[in-house]
Amino acid sequence: MSTADSARQLWEADATKILVVLVAIYATYLLSGLVLGYSLRGQLNSIASLTFYIGVFATLALALNLHWGYTGLFNIGVVGFMAVGIYVMAFVSKPLYGSGGAAQIGGLGLPIPVGILAGMVAAALLGFVVALPALRLRADYLAIVTIAMSEIVRFTFLSSTFQQFQVPHTLAGDWTRVGFGGGSGLILDFPDPLLALIDVLGLSTVYDGLVGLVGTVVPNNPDPIVHSLVYGLVLLGVVAGYFWLLKRTGESPFGRVLKAIREDEDVARALGKNTGRFKIASFMLGCALMGLVGILWLMGQGAVTPNFFRPRLTFFVWIALIIGGAGSNTGSVAGGAIFAAVLYQGPLYFQNLVTSVFQPGDAPGSFGPAVAPLVANLDPVPFLLYTLDSVRQLQLVVMGVVLIWLMHNRPEGMLGHRKETAAAIPLVGRSERSERTDADAVGTDPTPTGDASGGERDE
Amino acid sequence: MGFTESFTRPWRLTADRVLAAVFVAVGLLFLVDLFWGLLISGSISFSRLGSLAWDGLMRGLVIGLAGIGLSMTYSILNFANFSHGDYITSGAFAGWATTYLLAGLGRADVGSLLLVGAGGSVLGGALDIGVTTTPVAVTAGIVVAGVATVILALVLDRVVYEPIRSESGITLLITSIGVAFALRYLIQFVFGSDVRGTTAAGSIPQLQLYFVDGAVRIDAHDITLLAVTVGLMLGVHVLLQTTKLGKAMRAMSDDEDLARITGIPTERVVRATWIIGGGLTGVSGYVFVLWKGTLGFNDGWLLLLLIFAAVILGGIGSIYGAIAGGLIIGVTASVSVLWIPSAFSRAAAFVVMIVILLVRPQGLFSGRSTA
Repeated sequence: MSTADSARQLWEADATKILVVLVAIYATYLLSGLVLGYSLRGQLNSIASLTFYIGVFATLALALNLHWGYTGLFNIGVVGFMAVGIYVMAFVSKPLYGSGGAAQIGGLGLPIPVGILAGMVAAALLGFVVALPALRLRADYLAIVTIAMSEIVRFTFLSSTFQQFQVPHTLAGDWTRVGFGGGSGLILDFPDPLLALIDVLGLSTVYDGLVGLVGTVVPNNPDPIVHSLVYGLVLLGVVAGYFWLLKRTGESPFGRVLKAIREDEDVARALGKNTGRFKIASFMLGCALMGLVGILWLMGQGAVTPNFFRPRLTFFVWIALIIGGAGSNTGSVAGGAIFAAVLYQGPLYFQNLVTSVFQPGDAPGSFGPAVAPLVANLDPVPFLLYTLDSVRQLQLVVMGVVLIWLMHNRPEGMLGHRKETAAAIPLVGRSERSERTDADAVGTDPTPTGDASGGERDE
Repeated sequence: MGFTESFTRPWRLTADRVLAAVFVAVGLLFLVDLFWGLLISGSISFSRLGSLAWDGLMRGLVIGLAGIGLSMTYSILNFANFSHGDYITSGAFAGWATTYLLAGLGRADVGSLLLVGAGGSVLGGALDIGVTTTPVAVTAGIVVAGVATVILALVLDRVVYEPIRSESGITLLITSIGVAFALRYLIQFVFGSDVRGTTAAGSIPQLQLYFVDGAVRIDAHDITLLAVTVGLMLGVHVLLQTTKLGKAMRAMSDDEDLARITGIPTERVVRATWIIGGGLTGVSGYVFVLWKGTLGFNDGWLLLLLIFAAVILGGIGSIYGAIAGGLIIGVTASVSVLWIPSAFSRAAAFVVMIVILLVRPQGLFSGRSTA
């Protein structure tokens, strides 16, 4: 076997693809920071936030892949489930009102793991409620129902009606003040979850050692850097967990039914499968996973506001999934990573770099003063400054254009292969494979040649 | 609806009837409560109900007018266009830039006027904009809003949608989300993110209509909105009923391949759809802003889900359905504050949509597609 062959085999492994993408992303970030003379602290911080966003977008894309890639459920209400996850978790795990601290609203004061579990269960239950009517609807109707639901969730947490209310918290009938905080948000005043986790695992000394180690290179206050780096690592661990769970789910008999539903629901029903029940189960599982990401995203941020959960966040996840390729778990992770690095964090990183290197002056406050000099005496500087200053808006324009481009040129994404052989064993022998490639090219199979053996790697 | 929906088990049918009965009962309960409040306990005054219903009517007319375009593209091109809301915003900005320019020429510099006073450089109130104070500027704004949106819709169709015309509805839907993002944030980039007041709120002539126990206020912009939207709706009705175009559209939404075989120039019908739909959408955006007096880059997007609710409620493809759905959604959203906190008025509209999807997924006016 030649080296090219073994290299190709290595590339076939899911882990390699993800690793290559991640290494490329990190190398680009580190190198561009290095070339432009970024400080070590800035480097570490940008790496930490990059890891964080890679983690959350990869997990969200994986959960969405279960809905859309596996089962063909068009869910554009992702933020609704995330919001329910973190809000219910906060409701359960915030300390009781009046137990000290500045928070105007308390919670039930239960341990954080209980809160996380409650948040996931609540998200799954909401998924059940949405799935019941949605099961009977076409994909585009389901889309509208889910996005309407996510807006209803946001309005609920925004409204002053549920800002604060009383619930009994003991069997004796004592009442306590709880609530969702309305538009001003909710302070998450439970103890830091990461430190608590490290404590439980008995790794405090290791963590402290790490802080000391980083302290030798970044003398001034190394604690937050280490904290965010470690949290990023934990999130990457969660990505691996999601990946494993969904891969197992997809390869199980349950997962095969889901794919059958995606391809042709009537056929699956004709084979005696109660497709409704499968769809509900798949939807609820995905929703619980989205709820967990909502919790992981915001639990360490200190506060949560309802307007964080605007529909555009849902579309971010969709763009991540479409970049990676719906139907592929590997693609979901890679898509989440690329979205986070290039489209989500990339423009801001670029803005930071340019600002710190060139030290430009103040940008004009609006489009008019930015364009006037360009028209009057061909001075492009104010316009460029304004453009740089508006990176946050322009990155959304770029995302939109990328989405259009993808749908035109590569709707299956990087790694999407939604047509798979259903057989559980390889249909093509290994020795035959090289001969088969020519036959495939003639066009017996609509999928690309590399995927002709998709049956053995049934993602 | 497809084959799967019509082929349902008998128990499901009875379950459907029970469900429908429950929803009807809940609806009746609200009505009874309304009458009780109005006539017996007096907790709801007629004038308050009248004001809310009038407000809902105005909102509903805007939603209905914008919904006609959405409904037409939904049935003829077979996809839910998520960029429709941003067509509304684009039309509104184009029209209001014109109005500002005509109303403020000589009083402020042209750039700020064209940018609709981005960054607070010109205030609509200071220009005395209103249908009675600056009628020419407002009329020109309405026309430009329509024309600009037609051009935008045609260009976007040519560049974005035509190359993937034969793809599935979901592919087109996702693409339209991309278009929505690009449009909305380009508008924000150019016009800024601040919500500006556009009209001289104090100087609009008002009418006090006495309604049983109090007054319902109606101002000149309400009348303008009413005249423009109803006029355009009637126009579309006549256009689609009396011309071959309407027939061709109906044929296309039924079966595109068959329509093409019959010799209907489908691409031309598609273009006509965008022209009619885009024009109505742009005008609806303009009069909406005229009526509510503020303009922001998010306006159309915030309206979009309500328009979807209206179109689904009325039955996709039916323009009368879109109008009726718009009125129902608008009035529901406004009148619902009698029972629930106003933060949930939009939620109430969504709930009505979901209920209709459950009970009558084909919509109220189904089977009468496109006119």
